[in-house]
Amino acid sequence: MIRIANGQGFWGDWLEAPVRLVEQGPIDYLILDYLAEVTMSILQKQKLADPSKGYASDFPPLIARLAPAIRERGIKVIANAGGVNPRACAKAVLAAAPGLKVAVVVGDDVFSRIDELLAKGHEMRDMDTGAPLNRIRDRILSANAYIGAFPLAEALATGADIVIAGRSTDTALALAPMVHRFGWGPGDYNQLAAGTIAGHIVECGAQCTGGNCQVDWQTIPDMANIGYPIVEAEPDGSFVVTKHSGTGGRVSRDTVKEQLLYELGDPKKYLTPDCSADFTSIQLADAGTDRVHVSGIRGGPRPETLKLSISFADGWKAIGTLVYSWPQALEKAKAADAIVRARLCQLGLSFEEIRTEYLGVNACHGTVAPVVQDPAEVQLRIGVRDRDRKAVDRFTRELVPLVLNGPPGATGFGDGRPPVREIVAYWPALLPREEIQTSVEVFS
Amino acid sequence: MKAPLSRFAHTRSGDKGDTVNIGVIAWREEDYPVLVRELTAERVKAFFGEMVKGTVERFELPNLGALNFLLHESLGGGGTVTLRVDAQGKTYGAALLRMEIDV
Repeated sequence: MIRIANGQGFWGDWLEAPVRLVEQGPIDYLILDYLAEVTMSILQKQKLADPSKGYASDFPPLIARLAPAIRERGIKVIANAGGVNPRACAKAVLAAAPGLKVAVVVGDDVFSRIDELLAKGHEMRDMDTGAPLNRIRDRILSANAYIGAFPLAEALATGADIVIAGRSTDTALALAPMVHRFGWGPGDYNQLAAGTIAGHIVECGAQCTGGNCQVDWQTIPDMANIGYPIVEAEPDGSFVVTKHSGTGGRVSRDTVKEQLLYELGDPKKYLTPDCSADFTSIQLADAGTDRVHVSGIRGGPRPETLKLSISFADGWKAIGTLVYSWPQALEKAKAADAIVRARLCQLGLSFEEIRTEYLGVNACHGTVAPVVQDPAEVQLRIGVRDRDRKAVDRFTRELVPLVLNGPPGATGFGDGRPPVREIVAYWPALLPREEIQTSVEVFS
Repeated sequence: MKAPLSRFAHTRSGDKGDTVNIGVIAWREEDYPVLVRELTAERVKAFFGEMVKGTVERFELPNLGALNFLLHESLGGGGTVTLRVDAQGKTYGAALLRMEIDV
């Protein structure tokens, strides 16, 4: 049995979580998921400004903090902290924690190969809209192939203390140590599917240990000290989901079920670079306090294509808010919205989209929210989106004046006008897997 | 007799681009057939009305006593494009708990 713990559900997750996983009980592997779809483009911009950047900058200081435990207890760390510059990440880790052995998986980054791939006839159409990639060619900011567990397992086989990848899938981080330790091959469909589903359960950190859980949430103990998830994996593909004893939170069939359904598509065809996993084969059983046993998982062969994560610049947006208080808070907010729109119209400004929401009334549940009678306050939230940055910037100056020249009772403008942000949009596409050759480099 | 879905199920929702997924999980496994019967894709689409511009797909996971719904074109473009405060549809699951079903 091996223990695999996930200490980071996204870049920005709780900084203490990985440290506590190491300090509060036994683990063999610590995995850390840093990359969301748009993170790569942010890192690409950082790398363009400074060639030594472009990775998850929280990662090297974390490794420095964990280095004594890594050395003394032989804990291995696997992270997709490399972003668009995994070699620079490795160097920063070695500078922060000298003496460790670091292996880097490269080959996922195809940003510099886009024209070559287009010339070969790969259209890389948007999987959602079907549009060909050449439509946004000049606005691409980053392009990476999602890579699976086998390149990470190859990196573990070098004996490295730390494995750094770029755009590996979240699930591969958990599956890789199982492939490495149990010797699973590409044809071991059921085991690969089991390890993939283990990865899906833990990939969002505490979201399977009581975080964001609807079931009896008021009774979930000690959320301030919530334990992050640990998978106890067996060579046959069965596993237990648990957390360190003495930590807060809860692991139950309910918490695990909620996470199994999170961001799920067709449950019979959960595709990764490693396999196809069948979520309708999963069997859950209680196995003691804060322990759920998972078994019975079936899988199928991996797809012949790899998914690409491409990001591109798609215009500008700004979102501003004002708060209106009782009485007639909603009426005032609606009147203010009409005034803003009239003034924008007088300025000759139009936008690809302008959207108004009333927080406290129906912003989340829209038309299915019940009518609220005369609320104590309402937050007016107006957003605009357009290719024309100047138009978006002009909009940001139209909200604060309402405090003096609009309906009564406006407040909550303390931050002044809202910032204009560039929209970095996501373009999912497919590429034949033979176009992607990964390799492992060792730094020490 | 009508009752809100919240009496029979809990939910979790999230996004994939402009699509919201809602996992609906029976509190008690014996209530799963009620969910299968009452929560059709058509009724879920009708419940959300103009909030869901595209189609609704339903998948069954009897092993978990759960249904998975995909609500296409529901997030104003989704991801970083959307102007919605709930950009990832994280509250759509709770919204569905308001739905009245026959019991």
